Amino acid sequence: MKLFSRNKRTISGYQPILPTRKHWPVVQLSQQQDKFVDEVIMSSMERLLAEAPNAYQLIDELETTLYRERLRIRQNPWAVDPEDEETFWKNIKKQLVELSTHHTSSDEASLAAHFEQAKAILKEIVSRYAHEISSTFKPSSYRVARSLVTFGFARLLNASRVKGFRSFYSNQYSLRDKINIIGEVEQLRELAQKGTIVMVPTHFSNLDSILIGWVIHELGLPPFIYGAGLNLFNIKVLAYFMNSLGAYKVDRRKKNKVYIETLKAYSRQAIRWGCHSLFFPGGTRSRSGKVEDKLKLGLLGTAMEAQRLNYEESAKSGEEAEKIFVVPVVLNYHFVLEAPSLIRDYLRIEGQERYYVETDEYSTSSKIIRFLFQFFTEGSDISVSFGKAMDLMGNPVDKDGRSLDKHGRVISMREYFYSNGKIRRDTQRESEYTRMLGEAILKSYHINNRVFSSHLVAFTAFQMIKQKYPYLDLYNLLRIPEDEQVLDYDNFRTAFNTLREEVFRLHKAGKVDIAPHLTQQIDQAITHGLDNVGLYHSKRPLLKNKEGNIITHDLNTLFYYHNRMEGYGLERFFKPQNQKSQISEK
Amino acid sequence: MNKPYIGVVGAGSFGTVIANILAENNPVLLYARRSEVVDEMLSLRKRGEYKLHHNIQPTNDLKQVAEQCQVIFPIVSSAGFRASIADLSPFLKPYHILIHGTKGLDIDYKSSQALNRENVRTMSEVIKEESVVVRVGCLAGPNLAKELAEEQPGATVVASHFDEVIEIGQKLLRNPRFQVYGNNDLIGIELCGILKNIIAIASGALSGLGLGENSRALLISRGIVEMIYLGKALGGNIEAFIGLAGVGDLVATCFSKHSRNYTVGYRLAQGETLTEIMETMEELAEGVNTTKIVKQLADYYQVGAPITRMLYKILFEDLAVEKALDSLMKIPFTEDVGFM
Repeated sequence: MKLFSRNKRTISGYQPILPTRKHWPVVQLSQQQDKFVDEVIMSSMERLLAEAPNAYQLIDELETTLYRERLRIRQNPWAVDPEDEETFWKNIKKQLVELSTHHTSSDEASLAAHFEQAKAILKEIVSRYAHEISSTFKPSSYRVARSLVTFGFARLLNASRVKGFRSFYSNQYSLRDKINIIGEVEQLRELAQKGTIVMVPTHFSNLDSILIGWVIHELGLPPFIYGAGLNLFNIKVLAYFMNSLGAYKVDRRKKNKVYIETLKAYSRQAIRWGCHSLFFPGGTRSRSGKVEDKLKLGLLGTAMEAQRLNYEESAKSGEEAEKIFVVPVVLNYHFVLEAPSLIRDYLRIEGQERYYVETDEYSTSSKIIRFLFQFFTEGSDISVSFGKAMDLMGNPVDKDGRSLDKHGRVISMREYFYSNGKIRRDTQRESEYTRMLGEAILKSYHINNRVFSSHLVAFTAFQMIKQKYPYLDLYNLLRIPEDEQVLDYDNFRTAFNTLREEVFRLHKAGKVDIAPHLTQQIDQAITHGLDNVGLYHSKRPLLKNKEGNIITHDLNTLFYYHNRMEGYGLERFFKPQNQKSQISEK
Repeated sequence: MNKPYIGVVGAGSFGTVIANILAENNPVLLYARRSEVVDEMLSLRKRGEYKLHHNIQPTNDLKQVAEQCQVIFPIVSSAGFRASIADLSPFLKPYHILIHGTKGLDIDYKSSQALNRENVRTMSEVIKEESVVVRVGCLAGPNLAKELAEEQPGATVVASHFDEVIEIGQKLLRNPRFQVYGNNDLIGIELCGILKNIIAIASGALSGLGLGENSRALLISRGIVEMIYLGKALGGNIEAFIGLAGVGDLVATCFSKHSRNYTVGYRLAQGETLTEIMETMEELAEGVNTTKIVKQLADYYQVGAPITRMLYKILFEDLAVEKALDSLMKIPFTEDVGFM
C-alpha cells in the first residue's frame, strides 16, 4: 500500500542558495575560529561581570561554580568528559583558596588587585567552556557525512522495499519518499539569502538533529549551526557527524551561571556573524510525547539580543542591519525510538524536571545503527513542516523580510528597541519580548502539527480506556492490566470517526495540519494508524486481536502517542460515563 | 530641554481628570473625537464640570497625538475602545507606550458559540490586536474622578508586563497627593477593575433598598470571593485581587455615591428600569455591559457567581431587587473562603 502520495513538487530538488562552500557563514566562522572564540569569551565575561561587579560577588559566583562542577564530576561522569577534568577544577580550587587566604587588607588598591585575580580565574573557566562548546566545522567532513547519510539511508530503504537481488543498488526509493518536507520552504530559502535564520523545531527524538541537518541540505541551504547534547558525542559515529555538521556542544549537566552565559554568548555571537542557527526551544526531547507547550527561552533570548546588537551596530556604521528570522518547524513521526524510556521518565518526574539527571539511552554505536536499520527498513513515514517565518516579535514577514502588522502594513522592527528615539538595552523588556516570541512559536507548532493516523488511533484508544475508569487517576489507570483492555472495534470506529471529523474541521479552520493518509476510507485510515503506531516497539501500543477488536500491549507508550493530540480540545468527546453532565445551579 | 507631550485619548470625566494629573508634570495633548468638545475645551478651558490645567492642549487630530507623544493614555468607554484604537493604529509605531484606563471587556460578536475567554478581550489585548504596540499597561485602583478632581489624596496602580512602562507611568502621574504603585500582573489587574463594577452596582442596590453597613460588608466580602473565582477562570492571579486595584478599588466604588455603577444600582432599587436609567445618564456605567458578559463567562466556565447572576436577572430579566436579595440570602454557603 502506498503510504503517502508522492508529491513531485516538494521533491523536485533545490539548487543551493550560495554558489560555493566558501561563502557559507559557518565556513567563515570556522576559518576564523580563534577570533570567534575570543569574542565569545569577551562577551560572556562582560555579561558575567555586569552581574558580579565586585570581588566579593565574583568570588561567590566562582565558588558556586566550583562546587557544582565537582559535584557533577562525582555524580554523573561521562565518557566524553576530558581527562583533565579533575585536575582543572582542583587547580581552580587552589587558586580560589589562595585568593581568600592572601586577602586581608580592605584598602582600595588591594581590593582592586583582588578583583583582578578573581577575573583571571573567571577568564580561565570561561575560556575552557568556550573551547569545549565550540567545534570545528570541516567542509570536507560535511560532504562526506552528508553523502554517507543519504547513501546509507537510501540503501537501507531500498533494500527493504524493493524486492529482488538488485535491490541494494536500487534508487527506486529515496529519502524524499520517506520524509515529507512541507510548508513554507520557498519563503525560507528567500529569507536565508536576506538575513539570518533561527530555526526552531519541535524535539522528539535524538534522530531529529540528523534528520533536520539532512533536510537543510536538501533544501539547498548552507549548514546551520546547532547545539547538540554532549551525550551524543559519547558515541563515535554520532560525534563524527555532529562535529562535521556544525554542531556545538551543549552540556545539560552544567547548570551553573558561568557555563550558561558562555553558551549564550556562543549562540549570540554566531548569529551576529550571520550563521543560520537551530535551537530546540523545548530544551530536551518531549518526554510526554506532547507537542511542546512551554519553551526554554534562554537561547531564543540570545537571538533577541543579537538582533538589538545588529541594530546598534548599524546605527554606528550606517550599514543596513542584518535581520533575524525565526522559522518554527514541526517534526512528526509515527514512531519514536526512545518513547518507552521517555514516557517512563515523564511519569516518574512529572513536574519536577529540575531533579532529573540526564541519562544516555544511546550508549553504544551498535544500538543506534540497529535502530537506523530498523527505522529505514520499515514503512514508517516522517513529516517535516516548516511554519511561516516571523520576526523576533512574532510578526509575519513578507518575501523581502519586511515585518508586517495584522493589516499588512510594514513595521520597523528596529523601533521595538527604541526608548526616546534611541536603541537602548533593556533586559527586562527583551526578556518579555522573548516570552512573547515563545508564545508565537508555540502557536505555530500547534497549527503546523500534522495529525498522523497513528496519533489519532492512539488518542482514541487511550481516551476510550480512560472513559471506562472515570474514577482512576492517571497513574492508577496506567496500572490496569493490559490484557483486560479490549475495545470493541465498532465502538472504536465510531469514536475515531467523530474525532477525525473534528480534526478535519480544525484543519479547515487553519488550526492543525493533517497527513494525506488520514483522509483515506475510515477503515483504511484506522488500519494505517494501527500498523504504524509505535511500529518497532517490542510491545506494541495497539493491535487487533483475532476477533478484530482492539487491544494494547503497552499502556504507557499508548499514552505517549496519545499525548501528541493534546491541546486541541478533543477530550470533550469522551465525557465520563454515568456522570451528570451539568452542575445545576443551586 | 522641553518636556515631551503626553497623550490622552478620550475627554470623558476620567480622561479629563487623568489629563489634569499628567499636566502637573508634563504638557498634555488631550484628544476628543467630537469637534464641539474640542471647541468647548479651547474656548472655556473646561470640560463638563472640570477645569482644564493650563498645560493641556485639546486636539481633534489623532495623527498629531501619535507623532508628538511617545506615551499615550487611551481612556474611552469599552464600547468605543476598539474603534478608537483602530483609528489611532495607522499612526502608532512599535516604540509607543499605551497605558489605558478603561475598565471593561470587549467581545467578538462574530462568534456564534457561547462566550468564552477566546472571544472576550481585555483592553490591553485589544491594543495588541489592533496595533503594533506591545508596551502596554493599564491604570487601576480607586480612582473616583470627582475626588481626584478635587485634589484629594489618592492612589493608583500601573500594571504592565514591562518594568519600563510601570516606571514611566509612575514618573508621569506621581505628585505629592497621588501615589502610584506598580504591578506586573497586567491581566489580573485589568480583571480587578472590570469585575468590581458588578459588585458596585449591587452595592448601590443595597443602598437603594435602604439597607445598612452589615449588608454591605456581606456584599463586599462575598463580592471579592466571587471576583477571585471569576478572575482565576479568566486568567488572573489571586494576588492582584487583594491589593489596591482589587479590594481597594472595590471598597471605594461600593461606598461611593459618585460612582456611576453605584448610581445604576441605587436607581434600580428605587424602582426605575435599566432603560430609564440609561436614558438619563451621560456616560454609560461599565458595570452594566460587564455584568452581561461576565454572566455568560461564568456559565461557560461553570464558576459559582451568585451576585453576578442575580444582578444579571435584575438588569436584563426584570427581576425585582428585593426578590433577588431574598434569593441571595438563601444560598447555602458552606465555607467562607475556599481558594487560599
